[in-house]
Amino acid sequence: MAGLGLALLLLGLVPAGAVWPQPQLVRESPGGGRCRLSPSRFRFGYARSSAVGPGCAVLDQAFRRYQRLLRDAGPRGPEDTRPWEPLCAELLVSVATPHCDGFPDMDSVESYKLSTSEDLSLLSSESVWGALRGLETFSQLIWRDEDGTFYLNKTDIVDFPRFAHRGLLLDTSRHYLPVRAILETLDVMAYNKFNVFHWHIVDDPSFPYESAAFPELSQKGAYNPVTHVYTLNDVKLVIEYARLRGIRVISEFDTPGHTHSWGPGAPGLLTPCYAGSIPSGVHGPVNPILNTTYQFMTELFREISTVFPDFYLHLGGDEVDFTCWRSNPEIQAFMQRMGFGQDYAKLESFYIQRLLDIISSYGKGYVVWQEVFDNGVKVKPDTIIHVWRENAGPYQQEVARVTKAGYRALLSAPWYLNRISYGQDWQTAYQVEPLEFEGSPEQKELVIGGEACMWGEYVDVTNLTPRLWPRAGAIAERLWSNKTVRGLQDAYRRLANFRCTLLRRGIQAQPLFTGYCDPEYSGF
Amino acid sequence: MEPARLFLGLLCASAALAASSLHQRAPPPEPLLLEEEPELGESPSGSLWPLPRSLRILPRQLQLAPARFELVHGPGSTAGPGCALLQDAFRRYYEYIFGYSKWQNQGQRQLPAGTELLQLQVIIGSKDSECDNYPNITSNEAYQLSVTEPVAVLKAEKVWGALRGLETFSQLVYEDDYGSFLINESEITDYPRFAHRGILLDTSRHFLPLKSILTNLDAMAFNKFNVLHWHIVDDHSFPYQSITFPELSGKGSYTYDHIYTPTDVRLVVDYARLRGIRVIPEFDSPGHTQSWGKGQKDLLTPCFNGEHQSGSYGPVNPILNTTYHFMTDLFKEISSVFPDAYIHLGGDEVDFTCWKSNPDVTEFMMQQGFGIDYAKLESYYIQKILDIVSSAHKGYIVWQEVFDKGVKLKPDTIVEVWIGSWYTVELSRVTGAGFTTILAAPWYLDYISYGQDWKKYYSVEPLNFIGSEKQKKLMIGGEACLWGEFVDATNLTPRLWPRASAVGERLWSSENVTNIKDAYNRLVKHRCRMLRRGIAAEPLFVGYCDHEARGL
Repeated sequence: MAGLGLALLLLGLVPAGAVWPQPQLVRESPGGGRCRLSPSRFRFGYARSSAVGPGCAVLDQAFRRYQRLLRDAGPRGPEDTRPWEPLCAELLVSVATPHCDGFPDMDSVESYKLSTSEDLSLLSSESVWGALRGLETFSQLIWRDEDGTFYLNKTDIVDFPRFAHRGLLLDTSRHYLPVRAILETLDVMAYNKFNVFHWHIVDDPSFPYESAAFPELSQKGAYNPVTHVYTLNDVKLVIEYARLRGIRVISEFDTPGHTHSWGPGAPGLLTPCYAGSIPSGVHGPVNPILNTTYQFMTELFREISTVFPDFYLHLGGDEVDFTCWRSNPEIQAFMQRMGFGQDYAKLESFYIQRLLDIISSYGKGYVVWQEVFDNGVKVKPDTIIHVWRENAGPYQQEVARVTKAGYRALLSAPWYLNRISYGQDWQTAYQVEPLEFEGSPEQKELVIGGEACMWGEYVDVTNLTPRLWPRAGAIAERLWSNKTVRGLQDAYRRLANFRCTLLRRGIQAQPLFTGYCDPEYSGF
Repeated sequence: MEPARLFLGLLCASAALAASSLHQRAPPPEPLLLEEEPELGESPSGSLWPLPRSLRILPRQLQLAPARFELVHGPGSTAGPGCALLQDAFRRYYEYIFGYSKWQNQGQRQLPAGTELLQLQVIIGSKDSECDNYPNITSNEAYQLSVTEPVAVLKAEKVWGALRGLETFSQLVYEDDYGSFLINESEITDYPRFAHRGILLDTSRHFLPLKSILTNLDAMAFNKFNVLHWHIVDDHSFPYQSITFPELSGKGSYTYDHIYTPTDVRLVVDYARLRGIRVIPEFDSPGHTQSWGKGQKDLLTPCFNGEHQSGSYGPVNPILNTTYHFMTDLFKEISSVFPDAYIHLGGDEVDFTCWKSNPDVTEFMMQQGFGIDYAKLESYYIQKILDIVSSAHKGYIVWQEVFDKGVKLKPDTIVEVWIGSWYTVELSRVTGAGFTTILAAPWYLDYISYGQDWKKYYSVEPLNFIGSEKQKKLMIGGEACLWGEFVDATNLTPRLWPRASAVGERLWSSENVTNIKDAYNRLVKHRCRMLRRGIAAEPLFVGYCDHEARGL
């Protein structure tokens, strides 16, 4: 890696070719052994044994990407200064299963084996997704000495993720994020081995999703119906770009709360709030007592289920404010008829259950925020409960409750990266242990991973990237690497080094602490 | 000047980790309140930032046609086309006003008579326009702006006022839904409340590429800041390339790429001048000088471990004549490279441990009759430095410790107050002793927290300390400081702007401009305007700009 030699001065000993996140098993050849690597002459290719070959878009494109990263890694060094050292020739990839054109899913196998040596480096994996992870690791193994020569040490790596769901949430409602900002984030996610992009696409402040069935939603609900929207093509681009990097896209259309921006484009959808006996002109959550509401949701989610190929949809369900429902006389009457008394959580459950039925009818699974579970809504056994609340008692207890009830849990509570503070707060995120809660081994199995969340109150394209990276990297390693990889000093060295790698790849990742990278960020 | 800086020897990872305990030294975290969603409305003052002294905006709108509108020297102006500073400014502001829209195809169309603004005439009144000068602490930045059909007139005594007035004029122009450029008839009289309105950038903890610094100077001009306090060197690296002592950066910079050559420095100083901004360099000593030691043998005090040198070094060695020879030559160079009348000499956070350990220093203390009072040794050093700088005909700014320790200072010394607790008491003390002061303590913008912390900076009232009228007059301004522990080119701009804008208005506008809601409405627009002008200023809260940030 370019600049590593100089970085050594700064960071103490960074092992040549440090990798982030740390692979499960790394063995450098005891006898040393390394080869020089020429960025222009080095080749990526398919091994003869591979079940996929040229024409496999996921890997063809990945080869090109990594070839380019290698070439852009810095000015070309004097490759022939050490002609007595062997030259690394190529990396051959062998994939066992012949699937290329599908989408990654929850059960995708991301494990791989990588063995590098002088004449031939070999990367083998079960699936193309594992091959992608291995290519990223390979790219990080390349390092550079002070003369600018690239090297690859003889190394064997066996690697696989600790958790299957390693996500990142972006919020495109509180501030619109241009598509290119999303694509860049997907790039960096791949560098960090994240595999789920949780797209919190709409919310109270704006509705940038351009729906074919209900175009009025974005026409009236987006900040600007032309410039601040995601067209169907945009969405497809994001999904395909993510697929090529082994990343799933899970969309979130949060209801019945967090829906203010839906109102202008869907008359009658939101509950009219009352001041005394007359409507106040303000609207509350989705109106759960009207048939038209469910007809609308049926249509909308039919579209969403088709547009987003992932098996899972995120349905939100968080922070429903009952004030407006309470004020509305028709809702009060409905509550009476249904025998809900004054328990508005029952009304919420009523809504959510009907919504879940709609989603199920499209053959989709769902992720919901923890309130849906807390409020006792009946959910399908394969529902994933997303634990996010920081102030409702220790989140570990919530994880214990969720898994005890037999549901799968996804952890975000300690990973709200939009909450900034002074200093090296990546350490706090890094030190979280997702399985540190009271529960049986079976319960621990039900924790499928976690997500770093970058909510958008104070974040837009001006500050997204430096706020996200390398802080989210801490979570990436927690979710990928072995439980025992926890040493802060070692992590600091590797992460500071990795941040310089990100800068070289053109990513505006902020510094961990004092120091420098060579070269610095220059992509103004 | 900041607690963070107590951590020396940060070059190893373990120390870097230890520095995470900085959390406790930073102001306590704010409670995580759910932000009340501020209601965005229209301010009667539009998008003006900082708010002018007196302002009358009339309902009558005039239109500007990009193809016809001109910025020109008005009749009787003592500055003409020979004033490059204004010529540059005219071009710049034309761009800011019209440059980002697709106006090229309009403008041929005749506008109804009596509705068009054809010119902005800039008239410099004083015999000496100061066009070719550098701005200084007494520069006159006042201006009067009168927008009436068919020409607007901007009057100022000096070019500095004209620059501020051009910025204000550009902020009065807005675009309607049809892409027309409009301005309301207005009368503005404006001048700054405080003379010293600074931004501190730290290029030692992280190197900032030239382009970052220049971009930041642009943003400063948009906010009527007038001082760049360039904390150019420190413990971590010495990026300033000295002509006299090239080894200082040769060995003390991060790499050969991480330096400011004399050409770079000149570029910054000139770029700043054209925007009415002074550049005050800080060469902090005797502490905060680890990086100096690499290129200048025997400058730093060797620390002892018992009877032997430990191999590590402390502050500048104050007992050697060679130290003062070196400083004389170095400051002679600095004095000529940086034209401003002031140099910032630092003087903060001197750690005595190393001096105490060194037998030669101990002996010197005995000789001088200092006993074991190392503050006296520090004073001894600082006084010699002050004499050196005085003899180079420069004034100086020092951090508050120099005053606190009773170092004898020239009467025109400026004391910068930075220690967060009790800063109002310190202001009383410093001004009570008759010294001029500038305030930084409440404006350490590197201390980030969740939420709209600009309100906190905005709510500071610099004269809110106990003291006589005469004392209050000694408070000449303040600085927003962005120390570099966690800041480099990747996050500098969004971290600084628009948070520093809050400080900008506090230092420019009247004392009674304190309405947070009105400020929010204007600042949201001002931030969108900065985006249009290429400054990646971060959002204040939920919302959008018509033109989101370019680039990425």
